[in-house]
Amino acid sequence: MRDSTFSKTELISQNRVKILNKMFRIAVTIALVIGFVGLIDRIANGHHNANYGSYIPWGLWVAGYIYLIGLSAGAFMMSALVFVFRIKAFERIGKLALLVALATLIGAMLSIWMDVGHMGRIYRMIFNTNFGSVMGWMAWLYGLYFILLSIEFWIAVRPDLVAWMQKEGIKGKLARFLTFGKTNISDEKIQKDKKTLRILGSIGIPLAIAFHGSVGAIFGAVGARPYWNSGLTPIIFLVGALLSGGALLAFVVYLWGPERRSRENSEIVFLIGRIVLALLALDVLLEYAEITIGLWSSVPSESESLKLILFGDYWGVFWFVHIGLGIVIPALLLIFKSRTPRFVALAGFLIAVTFISVRLNIVIPGLAIPELEGLRDAFTGPGLTFSYFPSLMEWLVFIFNCAVAASIFILGRIYLPVAVVRNNEMETNHE
Amino acid sequence: MPELKNELDTTKKVKVTDRNDFLKKVGGGIFASLLLPAIFSNKFTTALAKAAPEIDNLPNIPPKQDGEDVLVRMMRDLKRALKKPLEQRKWSMVIDLRKCVGCHSCTISCIAENKLPPGVVYRPVMTEEIGEYPNVRERFIPRPCMQCDEPPCTGVCPVNATWKRVDGIVEIDYEKCIGCRYCITACPYSARTFDSGRYYNEDTPENTSAYVGKELAENYEIKPAYDYGKEWPREEDDSPIGNARKCHFCLHRIENGLLPGCVISCIGRATFFGDANDKEILVAELIGQPNVMRLKEEMGTQPKVYYLL
Repeated sequence: MRDSTFSKTELISQNRVKILNKMFRIAVTIALVIGFVGLIDRIANGHHNANYGSYIPWGLWVAGYIYLIGLSAGAFMMSALVFVFRIKAFERIGKLALLVALATLIGAMLSIWMDVGHMGRIYRMIFNTNFGSVMGWMAWLYGLYFILLSIEFWIAVRPDLVAWMQKEGIKGKLARFLTFGKTNISDEKIQKDKKTLRILGSIGIPLAIAFHGSVGAIFGAVGARPYWNSGLTPIIFLVGALLSGGALLAFVVYLWGPERRSRENSEIVFLIGRIVLALLALDVLLEYAEITIGLWSSVPSESESLKLILFGDYWGVFWFVHIGLGIVIPALLLIFKSRTPRFVALAGFLIAVTFISVRLNIVIPGLAIPELEGLRDAFTGPGLTFSYFPSLMEWLVFIFNCAVAASIFILGRIYLPVAVVRNNEMETNHE
Repeated sequence: MPELKNELDTTKKVKVTDRNDFLKKVGGGIFASLLLPAIFSNKFTTALAKAAPEIDNLPNIPPKQDGEDVLVRMMRDLKRALKKPLEQRKWSMVIDLRKCVGCHSCTISCIAENKLPPGVVYRPVMTEEIGEYPNVRERFIPRPCMQCDEPPCTGVCPVNATWKRVDGIVEIDYEKCIGCRYCITACPYSARTFDSGRYYNEDTPENTSAYVGKELAENYEIKPAYDYGKEWPREEDDSPIGNARKCHFCLHRIENGLLPGCVISCIGRATFFGDANDKEILVAELIGQPNVMRLKEEMGTQPKVYYLL
């Protein structure tokens, strides 16, 4: 139990948030514009200007896809704390977490859609599904998840939409449209909605485990790639999703949470910070297990991939980006500055952003070791090499996908009542 | 002979009549508009125009004689195999590493036969260096698609676009493939490659007046490939661009009585091909030898490409 009076540093500074918010919007706008150049290249020239190819068939976009979908699954599971487990402290950020999950899901779908060779045939994932393939299940699971997420989000924001109907301008118009005429906000109806949300959330948890576990299983099931081929792979994916999604949420709540200067808001940031720290520890444990077992077993096909991560051309990605910026600094911040919102948010930001390096280090090293050593020089050409660095076009499209996800979030945050706290929820007293 | 003719004829006819019936049914209907691109596309019309291969068109092979080239024997074997129903054939390949000199002719003839673009290769030849200077030897290992009996690549396809045929060849349907490249990661032999839509003559200088230059080279590169017996003109963003591609034992050649491109181009006669179900043929004889091995036997993929050591 803490004293009810917060010190100044424990409250979120309104000025700082304003500046950061502005910077974020400028960055996203720039990202959208330059990313669009890459998008045009992708549409006009197909996969011509991409550096992935035959020997390393999956690159930045696949990593970007599992990165974004992990953020979505993580944010969604955090929202389950509100709607399923009804943890009061989190109630204020349930809608925000759902919006994050929705935005990153769309970004992820865009990323994997850009990656396939025939974008126009993607419908075949639904109409000609091979349920014997892990990947065959994906379109179905994502479809279900998207529907569930949308309905859940709508039910969660509906009462606030009703309250916003009186507003003028776009917000009011949007609110009047999106309520779809369902304007009943009697206590009875709200209670009923809460029950529905609980049911949807309860379906959502196994669904999120299923789809993100399956993303891990796509890799785990490939017997030809010893580095991926492990029962631990789907588990690491899930923990990584929770970690990165939770970390992102710490940052999001800090910057865009409801009534930013309120004590409650800081408390939530601190609470997420503690959860993220625990998840970070678990993630490090799993990674440690994966790396050491692989190295100690000394079977070259697997240990070579690990050595590539630790000491290969891109060793800096692992040691500096992942270990340094993604683990050590955030861990220190979360341990020693656990009650300073801006540092908890910074830790969350660092973990969430650098997690792309974890995803890249899953996808690329598994492919960058030749299955038959002689192939290295047997017949070379574009796409027939075992070294990979994303091309400019790939980076731009990746930036575009992330910017689309961020834009959806920003627009949702502005035009929808996701950061509004209803009075009956305010009654909750913390701890 | 007549068996095969019937088989091929009927499949073609069934297809054509099906399409006609279908068109009649929906003719004038709203769906007709959706079908228009299909009707006017090159592939559809050429498919109609192209007659089914006649068994009589199979090349004439001289009778058996002493000292004949193994290619002649294999072609005779092939002709016999083609008389059997599809499901009784088991196309297999044997590569004698003692005879391979590492000339890469098979790689090149394969690229020419299948009009492969940059980044796509069906049959690279790997070089292994054994020993240390001055006692060095080199071993050359051509690596076509293994046409596994237990292929790890087919089950992972999310859209059922690849499968093992009854004659053992692993087929990809380019029209169904969405280009997700999961199969490429799943193949333990890296036998599948991705067609990113590149051309060898990119950045080639234009030279319209002479016998060299971009136009003439381009003309060659956009000629259709005949993977799996269908015509695949190389058009922008159209299959096989954007698809996973791999060796198919030159199915379009063997079904017309010709040996795969890599077999006929092998200067050392190191590559053998035939129906392993026929115990009298050369390939079956060679597979039965004790010095035979397969790549990554431990994976249990049961390749149908054998190596003689």
